[in-house]
Amino acid sequence: MTTTTAFDPGAEAARATSAILHDTLHGTDRGVVVDSPPGAGKSTLVVRAALELADAGRPLMVVAQTNAQVDDLVLRLAEKNPELPVGRLHSSDSDPYDKALDDLPNVRKSAKAADLRGTPVVLSTAAKWAHVTVDEPWRHAIVDEAYQMRSDSLLAVAGLFERALFVGDPGQLDPFAIVGSEQWAGLSYDPSGSAVSTLLAHNPGLPQHRLPVSWRLPASAAPLVSGAFYPYTPFRSGTGHGDRRLSFAVPADGSGPDRVIDEAAESGWGLLELPARHTPRTDPEAVRAVATVVRRLLDRGGAAVSERSPDPTPLTADRVAVGTAHRDQAAAVRAALAELGVSGVTVDTANRLQGREYDVTVVLHPLSGRPDATAFHLETGRLCVLASRHRHACVVVCRAGVTDLLDAYPSTEPVQLGTLVKFPDGWEANHTVLAHLAEHRVPWRP
Amino acid sequence: MSLITTLARLEAVSTGVAQPAATVRHRHLSGQPLVFVPLTTSGEAGAPLGALVGTDRDAPRLLVVPQPRDRDLRFAFLAELADVVLPYLDSYAGSVEAAERTETDPETGKRVKVEVELCADAPQLIVPGRAGIEYVRLLGRSMRFRRTAEQDPEAPYPAPPRVPLLGRWLTHFGERARVPGSSLLLAMTDLLSRHWATGQSGIEDQHLGALLAWIDPPRGSTGAAAARTAELARDTDGQLVCPPAGPATDPAFDNKLLAPAFERYDRARTALAGAEDGLQADTRLGILTAAEREIRDLVASRTRPTWDAVWRGLDLLHRLPEGARVEERWTRDRWSFTGHRDRVLAGEPPQPRRDDAVTAANKLATREREQARLDAQEALDDPLVMAGRRLSGEAFAGEVLDVVMAYGEGKRPSPRPLVTVRTEDRPQLAEGAKTYRSLGGKPQSMEFVGQEAAGVVVLRVLDKMGRGKEPEPGSVPEKGDRFTLTLFEHEQRGGAKLPDPEATPWTHGGPPGEGVPEPADAMTQEDVL
Repeated sequence: MTTTTAFDPGAEAARATSAILHDTLHGTDRGVVVDSPPGAGKSTLVVRAALELADAGRPLMVVAQTNAQVDDLVLRLAEKNPELPVGRLHSSDSDPYDKALDDLPNVRKSAKAADLRGTPVVLSTAAKWAHVTVDEPWRHAIVDEAYQMRSDSLLAVAGLFERALFVGDPGQLDPFAIVGSEQWAGLSYDPSGSAVSTLLAHNPGLPQHRLPVSWRLPASAAPLVSGAFYPYTPFRSGTGHGDRRLSFAVPADGSGPDRVIDEAAESGWGLLELPARHTPRTDPEAVRAVATVVRRLLDRGGAAVSERSPDPTPLTADRVAVGTAHRDQAAAVRAALAELGVSGVTVDTANRLQGREYDVTVVLHPLSGRPDATAFHLETGRLCVLASRHRHACVVVCRAGVTDLLDAYPSTEPVQLGTLVKFPDGWEANHTVLAHLAEHRVPWRP
Repeated sequence: MSLITTLARLEAVSTGVAQPAATVRHRHLSGQPLVFVPLTTSGEAGAPLGALVGTDRDAPRLLVVPQPRDRDLRFAFLAELADVVLPYLDSYAGSVEAAERTETDPETGKRVKVEVELCADAPQLIVPGRAGIEYVRLLGRSMRFRRTAEQDPEAPYPAPPRVPLLGRWLTHFGERARVPGSSLLLAMTDLLSRHWATGQSGIEDQHLGALLAWIDPPRGSTGAAAARTAELARDTDGQLVCPPAGPATDPAFDNKLLAPAFERYDRARTALAGAEDGLQADTRLGILTAAEREIRDLVASRTRPTWDAVWRGLDLLHRLPEGARVEERWTRDRWSFTGHRDRVLAGEPPQPRRDDAVTAANKLATREREQARLDAQEALDDPLVMAGRRLSGEAFAGEVLDVVMAYGEGKRPSPRPLVTVRTEDRPQLAEGAKTYRSLGGKPQSMEFVGQEAAGVVVLRVLDKMGRGKEPEPGSVPEKGDRFTLTLFEHEQRGGAKLPDPEATPWTHGGPPGEGVPEPADAMTQEDVL
């Protein structure tokens, strides 16, 4: 079932992809930058570009940011082309890569880059690549999650390749440093900035592309995420309003958690609003509310229908995730879930949920219960990651009063000269999201 | 702010006295620090008004600029400052010990050990507050590109010899102060608030007088009351009893005392210049000297309380025993000092105005590594700091309930004993998480296997048991052993090597190009008032 608009998501996406591949394979520029909104097929693009470059006989190195991302790309490459020899360069720590790679006959694994030389595609993390030295650079590189890569880690690896395709999501969390770096703010090569901002500051003429369609986000979520976090580079969802459905076998028991689940199943969004209160970070009531929502999601026999299969897929624990701002909050939610006897649900911080996809997400709002709105909690990327991991529905648990907090709390960050001002700012994005969530509000006093 | 700091501050409020935030001293203190209490002129960026400086608490050297808008007087001040600071630095530059350093051999490209000099000790600068560190940086920046008459005979206002050199050193100290855990240049307020938690906010802690009042209140007063007095009390002339630690001065002092004194000085100077004969000149010189003395007394009266406060702070800190790993960090400061000494001796140009891409990335990497090292070392050195980490779930203390011998898979089975530990802490352990305990000063890693019951965790020992099939004696915990395990690593790995600046890649703008000697700031109208 598709909507009758003139917009054909498949064709639009195909057009963007072929332009990117053309620039990558036949362009004259040393770099190509691709901005990809959440779930727009970034990994698919990376895999496809890798295969085409390998077909063209160009030795290729792939730089990703985490070992999980590298392993995921290796698995996808092997799935698309099991014949292609692939090198997985890994660290010398114990258990350095996903054991699933051991079952792939054409994947060679080594801790030494020299062992893998000659393999058409070699993949590793930026941290590992930084220790590699070569006499002759690779003809081509693909840098994945380039907006989450720090400028200094690109500096460490950029000497390894001649040309590169940089792919990433500008709306997600910016990289950060654990010490102050104001000293270099405003410099084009600020080492704590993102790799892409340094790259574009020094090479403003590079071709920049954009993937226009999110295949992950449902029609209920794409307009909000696009409007709140990508105001100048809008995107659409690949599916229409009726293409995805979430239903539950067990009817609601009338409690807050059940009502918010129904609201989210119906509209894609649900806000479970607890009474206003200043709380510690690991707000026990909010944490318990999150855990209860998850418990009820699993207990009520959820089934998801999507364009992927005509038959309903059961909503199991591995299709649900909980997102928080802080690690101690995640730990508290894990403990609360364990108490309720729930296992197998991913609970993590926004930083670690980047790039992941679930059917339903339950989010503890970063500003819930806080007396202040710091730059960390206001960061647009944090909210964007948390609000864009789901294929069907997202339930946000939050204390009332966040809008007042946003209005009352002034921004205290010093203004740095010469830095690129990021739009939208966290304040505005938070308001946009809250205004939308208010329409799906279920007040609840636990 | 961590939970334990919040608790300590609450306790300070309820008891009225600052609470210890550390049981050992986490920064190196030199036996002979150079204390520097600068004052600046309000409304004039980088125009020093005066300073107390020296290594003898009873005999500070008072340096004063009687008219800060006068360039010559400003330079005279800086030259005098150089006369105090540079001999102090030199006294450390000469005494060296032999040390080894790994360097890349330019011919073979291999890492080889080279014998180099390492200064046996390093100088230490103490300023009253964080603004003092900024001021050291500002002075360094304003001086290091100056040209002396010898370097550039055409320079309109040649700097006195050694002033540019002082600028380079102050710049080095200012840069080093950005490295976490370094002790070459320290602010007393930072030192004190690292070791004590007061019942006021972090910003209020930057008032040295108030901070000391919380830590060491006068007999019969609470810290809170004494801090309030330190911040607000004024004498009958409306002057603060405890003058701000600087470099900025109190506006009431500027308006009521300093400005009229400047005016008298200026008038006396003009009068002297217009003297018609020797006798008249003598009398007028007397007036000028008196006017200058007046300004000197004013500057002394505002810096001396701060000077004494800094030394009082040092006394308080010396009462704490030095942390076990402080010495190791101080050795890094000695390397830093030796390195800059060598660059100066080799005739290298002053530090550039801006770091190039590679230098900036290297500095950031070093600072991040030092921050992680400092966090780990402070916790390992100090049970109170460790308690904070335990409270936040990053460490846990426990008692061994049981040890079961087990072996790893693989061709040569190596010992991988399973240790059951009971703890009352609540560590944030995820499946397969690594934890570390200190075994004879070295970290031994254990992997989290699972939770047996509430507060009972099972860990697998992974290393430090020797090469044999049987673990070396003492390397495996025994039943009844008590120790603390951390979720953070104890030691930091070195980062990747970045390219040389000449090999800066195209993504970062390519090589920065040949460094041209940086010109001094161009003259502006404000400079020649």
